[in-house]
Amino acid sequence: MRRSSFRLVAAAAAIALAVTGCSSSGDDAANQDSEFEIFTWWASGGEAAGLQGMIDVYEAQNPDTEFINAAVAGGAGVNAKAVLQSRLDANEPPDSFQAHAGMELDGYVRGGQLEDLTSLYASEGWDEIFPADLIKAITVDGKIYSVPVNIHRANVLWWNPAAATKAGITKAPETLDEFFADLEKFKKSGIPGLALAGKGDWAIAHLLDWMLLATMGADKFEGLYNGSTSWTGPEVAAGIKNFQRALSYGNKGAGNLDWPDAGKLVTDGKAGFFIMGDWASAQWQSDGLSLGTDYTYAAAPGTVGTYQWLSDSFTLPVGAPHRNAAIAWLKVCGSKDGQDAFNPKKGSISARTDSDLSLYDDYLKSAASDWKQDRLVGSTVHGATGNNALMAAYNAAVGKYFSGGFKDNAGLAKDLAGAYEAGKA
Amino acid sequence: MSKIVKNKRSLSSRLGGLLFVLPSIIVVLIFVYGLILWSVNVSLTNQNSGTKKAIEYVGLKNYTDLMVDERFTHSLSNLIKFTVVFILGALITGFIMSLLLEKGIKGEGFFRSFYLYPMAISFIAMGTVFNWLLNSARDEDAGGLNLALQKIGLGFLQNDWYVSERGAMYAMALPAIWQMSGYVLALFLAGFRGIPDDMREAARVDGASESQIYRHVLFPQLTPTLLTILIILGHISMKAFDLIIGINGKSYVTQVVAVYMWEATFDKRDYAKGTSIAIVLLIMIAVVVVPYLRYNNKQQAYR
Repeated sequence: MRRSSFRLVAAAAAIALAVTGCSSSGDDAANQDSEFEIFTWWASGGEAAGLQGMIDVYEAQNPDTEFINAAVAGGAGVNAKAVLQSRLDANEPPDSFQAHAGMELDGYVRGGQLEDLTSLYASEGWDEIFPADLIKAITVDGKIYSVPVNIHRANVLWWNPAAATKAGITKAPETLDEFFADLEKFKKSGIPGLALAGKGDWAIAHLLDWMLLATMGADKFEGLYNGSTSWTGPEVAAGIKNFQRALSYGNKGAGNLDWPDAGKLVTDGKAGFFIMGDWASAQWQSDGLSLGTDYTYAAAPGTVGTYQWLSDSFTLPVGAPHRNAAIAWLKVCGSKDGQDAFNPKKGSISARTDSDLSLYDDYLKSAASDWKQDRLVGSTVHGATGNNALMAAYNAAVGKYFSGGFKDNAGLAKDLAGAYEAGKA
Repeated sequence: MSKIVKNKRSLSSRLGGLLFVLPSIIVVLIFVYGLILWSVNVSLTNQNSGTKKAIEYVGLKNYTDLMVDERFTHSLSNLIKFTVVFILGALITGFIMSLLLEKGIKGEGFFRSFYLYPMAISFIAMGTVFNWLLNSARDEDAGGLNLALQKIGLGFLQNDWYVSERGAMYAMALPAIWQMSGYVLALFLAGFRGIPDDMREAARVDGASESQIYRHVLFPQLTPTLLTILIILGHISMKAFDLIIGINGKSYVTQVVAVYMWEATFDKRDYAKGTSIAIVLLIMIAVVVVPYLRYNNKQQAYR
């Protein structure tokens, strides 16, 4: 009772402050909360280090607010999501939580669990500084519900330069034809052309997502998610056929492997190409490998000039107990300082187009320059274009196809169409 | 007079006893039966936090949807395959081990705890280890069991294990058998020990051979033990979740009912579907367990 009445007062005060805060656009004065709780599953490695960098920026600006990282206290990973969900459904939300930007937020938005942050975009100038394609992709019915803190690229091709030289490959394949020719070269040199990771199905789904994009191009691909391209039409059928062909060059025993295991096949020279998001680079660098000698990269074939992105973002749940502190946090998340503190450690680029590139490594520098000029397309399996229901069904469809020996192309197309319908329901 | 006092005392002691168990009765009523009813209620609605909808009652729609849901039937058939192999495997290995120990060999206590130990390991930790052991790479890349098979000259037995399309669930049953057969052993051993020695001796006096004694004297008396084991293994198997997740995550190929329930509830936030899967699972387990409980109660009433 005491707690809830306190909340009421706090909420009333928060709304009052927010209203004045917005109109005067004064930032730091608005935050008088003594506590602030976020929910993330960045608990180890570069992710945790990057998050800490952002927290440092926040604490310097908000010295009176105690920062509570709930995921670390409550156990990270998948469990964190379940706990988060039960808290949201019980109307006990944290002040801010992490989720992929885009359709992954769909359920929360439809359930009215997130606040509209569009005004923050205007007051902070983010609508100018984030790329227009990104803003368009994360806008739902004219409203934006989260602040992207980073951008990962999904369509990246990785390989080991020594293995490629041995196989007689001199330059990165830019088209699917060149890609398949190179796979054949790897095969002739005695290693599988493509590293696959089947565990949990998503890394194979990641491959299909790229292959569909590479086969049909960005416009048709986006059409898959707005209903203008049919999932059972010839474009998808052609994409699946290419996918099937690529899988046939895969390593044996892929079903047991997680993506870092498959990545290791490539850096060890035991497999040729690897299609994976650019978190692979961060992983390998923390393993002590160096870019250029142990591994190298290019935009995935067939998608040169297209940047398939995914983004981690922070939100403002409806009924957040420390709303001002949360808004202060979101401002840090979207700021140049915050993003440049977070991303070099996380191994991703800033979503902003004005980041300080001197802080980033060579791969990230090139990604950042592509980010400014490429056509941007969201990733399906990482929550940008597909909501949770779609992703779960999509992964299962691909898992079924892959574990069935990748034979049933028509069945996969039908299951993918079903996944798209599941997302709409 | 004295009779009344005695009655009073027994009444008050009964009341006292009731008072002592009352808290647990209340807690169980709320958190077990109350929540079962709650789940049944949710399973009759269309509650789905992943999509904004007013909550309405839809009758048995969720259940009829499940029956035609290819993902659900897939996970159900996976579960049945797993259950059959797991129960048979654990039963046979446990029974053979108990036969070997039954005669009271030297160091029996050691072997008993030796074989019982796997039970002390959590499914999730075991899953991680068996994930490595059941690696599907073969020949020069092999590790784990495939490598062991090569080393002992049985290389032709190398297998895809839990990633093969057909045999995945059978492979998945291996670690479960490994873990639970020691428990089966202990139960059977207790069953054997429960048979008075006079019976064997009487049979010997009557001229029965050793194998006849087992077949006609000892085995028939193990039927209640067998039933107990079937029930215990059966409900462990139907609830299988952590082992599967530990070994192969949520991969489609080894998905079972509990994993699909988890996905529906926590990934899709489709609570109606999640609870209806849970209720189907509950009914399946009840079908197995309830007749046993009734049988057990009757047995106790006889004593």
